[in-house]
Amino acid sequence: MEKILNPEALDQKIAECTEKLNDKLSGKGGKRAILVCGGTGCLANDSQPIFDKIAEELKARHLDDKVSVTRVGCFGMCSQGPFVKILPEDTLYCKVKPADVERIMTESIEGGKIIEDLLYVNPVNGEKIVHQGDIPFYKKQQKVALHGVSTIDPLEIEESLGCDGFKALRKVLTSMKPQEVIDEVLKSGLRGRGGGGFPTGRKWQFAANVNAPQKYIVCNGDEGDPGAFMDESMLEGNPYAVVEGMEIAGYAFGATEGYFYVRAEYPVAVARLKNAIAEMRKAGLIGKNILGTGWNFDVHLREGAGAFVCGEETALLNSIEGKRGMPRPRPPYPAIKGLWGCPTCVNNVETLAQIGYIIRIGS
Amino acid sequence: MKIRLEVIKDVREICQQHKDEPSPLIVILEEVQKKYGYVPVELQEVISEETGVPAAEIYGVVTFYSFFSLTPKGKYVIHVCLGTACYVKNAQSVLDKLCTILGIKPGQTTEDGLFTIEAVRCMGACALAPAVSVNGKVFPRVQPTEVEKIIKEFRDQEGK
Repeated sequence: MEKILNPEALDQKIAECTEKLNDKLSGKGGKRAILVCGGTGCLANDSQPIFDKIAEELKARHLDDKVSVTRVGCFGMCSQGPFVKILPEDTLYCKVKPADVERIMTESIEGGKIIEDLLYVNPVNGEKIVHQGDIPFYKKQQKVALHGVSTIDPLEIEESLGCDGFKALRKVLTSMKPQEVIDEVLKSGLRGRGGGGFPTGRKWQFAANVNAPQKYIVCNGDEGDPGAFMDESMLEGNPYAVVEGMEIAGYAFGATEGYFYVRAEYPVAVARLKNAIAEMRKAGLIGKNILGTGWNFDVHLREGAGAFVCGEETALLNSIEGKRGMPRPRPPYPAIKGLWGCPTCVNNVETLAQIGYIIRIGS
Repeated sequence: MKIRLEVIKDVREICQQHKDEPSPLIVILEEVQKKYGYVPVELQEVISEETGVPAAEIYGVVTFYSFFSLTPKGKYVIHVCLGTACYVKNAQSVLDKLCTILGIKPGQTTEDGLFTIEAVRCMGACALAPAVSVNGKVFPRVQPTEVEKIIKEFRDQEGK
């Protein structure tokens, strides 16, 4: 994507991308879209061969101009994966195998029929459910932190732009003072989602109050609790939203550099985040003079090296500094003296993923 | 252990590539580990010369993180998840079976240099418990009885 030079150009790009994504998902012009889950759980169950085979079949059947196929982020119900979803009908097929692809093509895409044995079965009454929106697990869901996850292609910045991406960054850079951003986050009541529950706005305020030539924002993606993978889902499904949240945080308390620390056990998340950072750099959303506002921000990515304790924020800072990941005594807290001795805020992935939403909708 | 000259040269190059980054030690170590499968003391000394970080400190870092190894790893690194979800789904038996078949313990490498077994923490694939991954490819819901088949798959690839 070419560089976006000013806020107006971003607005235009957002409008274009939003229309494109909405058209794709709503089936405008009789087109259809197939979404294949590309989360770690589904990938482990052969969702990549499924995706490849669908793309291949669409070509072979000369359907590729009428039906698109996208590899999206986690659907959140990994035990039923791999998922293949057909839009605009909202048909959801569960536990799909590569061998099922031909059937889906012939019977469902070309024939317009529903394949009964691939549907979700409600464990309560044994009923088969056709539409994703009717499945009890999804019925009451409203995605906030996971906005865009399992809808957009995590490798395409344009799909993120079509899904409210960077609207919040534009808003803070053009119409909000740093203190206003902190106040908004404070008022929202957002508390650290990494488990500590410390009010995010107050943490930023501490760092903002310190006068220092260099400050850092660090995103803690060293999620290690057994059975927890919300950070992974966000980084795999919509990494742009997390980077955007990091930039807004940096703007709020005066950091010009951000570090992601993601555990190396999440290779898919690392790869997609790397791609997102590179794409944003190309689009001028990371780097010098972002959107022509004169504001600079740079993002780096560090991979963990397999130490559970590095999820603790001071151990994590030591690890970024290339040391053994041993916790530091506190105080001083990182907000006063953190990475390389500079004021640093360490925020969890999920915390940062919510920031864009809070700024867009308001506290 | 004698390290080949071109390896040393390459490691020096890796260090040079990162010399402008702040505190790049772990980044360098990760790259060397990925490329050569281990970071022996001899290479740590080379990295020390290039980065100025004392060799003792580098040794401390290498032995602290489980991703770094002082001995070469096998061509296929088998990760058996022993996270809580996998553990209650009998991952220990899967690991034991694997050890019996290959005749090595977790952390060791087979004599032919093909396999290394490692017991790892949660991979975030609990819905697929117990999970085993070989060079990043995840095998879901592995039963102890299936272990032999998985090993055979890779031995066949090697023609052994």
